[in-house]
Amino acid sequence: MDVFLDPANRQAYLDGFLTILKLTGASALLALVLGMLLAACRVSPVPVLRALGAGWVHLFRNTPLTLVILFCFFGLYSAVGVEFSEDIHINNYWLAVTGLSAYTAAFVCEAIRSGINTVPVGQAEAARALGLSFSQNLRLIILPQAMRSVVAPLGSILIALTKNATIAGVIGVAEASSAMKALIESNGDQTIAIFAVFALTFVALLVPVGYAFSALANRLVVRR
Amino acid sequence: MRIKRLAAIAAVAVLAFGAAACGSDSDTPSTPSGESPLVAKAKAGQLKFGVKADQPGLGLQAGSAYEGFDIEIAKIIAKGLGGDAAKNTYVTTVSANREPFIQTGQVDIVVATYTINDDRKKKVNFAGPYFTAGQDLLVPTASTITGPEGLDGKKVCSVTGSTPAKRIKEKYPKAQLQEFDAYSKCIEALNTGTVDAVTTDDIILAGYAAQSQYAGKFKLVGKPFSSEPYGIGLKLEDKAGCTKINEILKASVTDGSYKAAWDATLGKSGTPAPTLDVSKLTNCPA
Repeated sequence: MDVFLDPANRQAYLDGFLTILKLTGASALLALVLGMLLAACRVSPVPVLRALGAGWVHLFRNTPLTLVILFCFFGLYSAVGVEFSEDIHINNYWLAVTGLSAYTAAFVCEAIRSGINTVPVGQAEAARALGLSFSQNLRLIILPQAMRSVVAPLGSILIALTKNATIAGVIGVAEASSAMKALIESNGDQTIAIFAVFALTFVALLVPVGYAFSALANRLVVRR
Repeated sequence: MRIKRLAAIAAVAVLAFGAAACGSDSDTPSTPSGESPLVAKAKAGQLKFGVKADQPGLGLQAGSAYEGFDIEIAKIIAKGLGGDAAKNTYVTTVSANREPFIQTGQVDIVVATYTINDDRKKKVNFAGPYFTAGQDLLVPTASTITGPEGLDGKKVCSVTGSTPAKRIKEKYPKAQLQEFDAYSKCIEALNTGTVDAVTTDDIILAGYAAQSQYAGKFKLVGKPFSSEPYGIGLKLEDKAGCTKINEILKASVTDGSYKAAWDATLGKSGTPAPTLDVSKLTNCPA
């Protein structure tokens, strides 16, 4: 355990998890917004939008995340030239956020779509009879009820996203698993201790998230 | 039925016990005092070498076989210990697991671009060095970078958590360090112009530059800014083995097999064989 007595190593460990939190925060917000838009596309009356939503979900839900993130670097940035910043670290961070959000949005979309299916069809019919347009119907009647029933699955997606953020390391974002690799490289004899500390930190971060989302789901659920 | 099943279990138990007994017999061959256990293992054809699998010219896995300078050195050692080099087993090691692999006996000897340093000396014993590399830069042929001082604001690529990456962070903080999990990705990024330079030991860079698909595209800056003596790692308590391997290295210089090993691998890029300074071999503390 003396590897964590060195202040430089402790700093690397803290920075690693701070980066994980930053990646998760930005990606969670973007994925939620994008996921909602995609879900709206998938239930919309416009065939092109439905196809777009379905295509996105099928593409990103069935591709390994490592591939998505590597594509963000070698495809989006290297080949196409999408650059967020001159600073390589900021640039890599946003490339990783792009990949993580695009990927997670597919799961968010499917969760929300399943939530939409829990709203009794009479609700939408009544709204339409009152003269509400599709978007008003979705915004005011369907989504508010649907979102309340998918709090728990969204929590699972958030937990998965937090762990998935470690994959940003493949394009050089200095997140927790990269920090772990660096520590093991110079302290090969303490591998198990280092693994244990990183694993337990993830558990300690995510167990409360799980409980919080369960509690929230119970409070918000629409009882029918 | 029940009796049959019991009999079967008993038979399996006896077999397992017998196999275990055999296993322990062959794992620890009887050793005359003062001789390294490596000698007996070599004679039984059971030597396990830890090598790199992703470094062209040094240790590269091609199909199920391994090739490169490190592999040739492993063959010289096996032969010198009295064994048959064709019976060597190679195990892929990465930088992070070399010490644990030696300590737990998953490999007997590590020949894997393994820099001798004080931290590692506390955990394993080093014979050698059989080669001294230095950290250098690989840049596109037209690049104007002439050394690490020219890296300010430039993008330089290395492997996550590696010693060369750490050195760039500490000594040249103005360089923008891109980290990947493998050098092959760095080379790819250099090829597309996404990064301005790749840095690690010169010998590793030379191996990549010599790959046919990159012929004429890259050049080595040629100003090493560190010294990386490559050692041969073995169990900390095996002083006899370490001394023996140093003798084998000395002999390989005299009989020309060291030069032959170089010429068959890294020498193909046109670099002449280095002179191995046998006075610099470790004194094998234990």
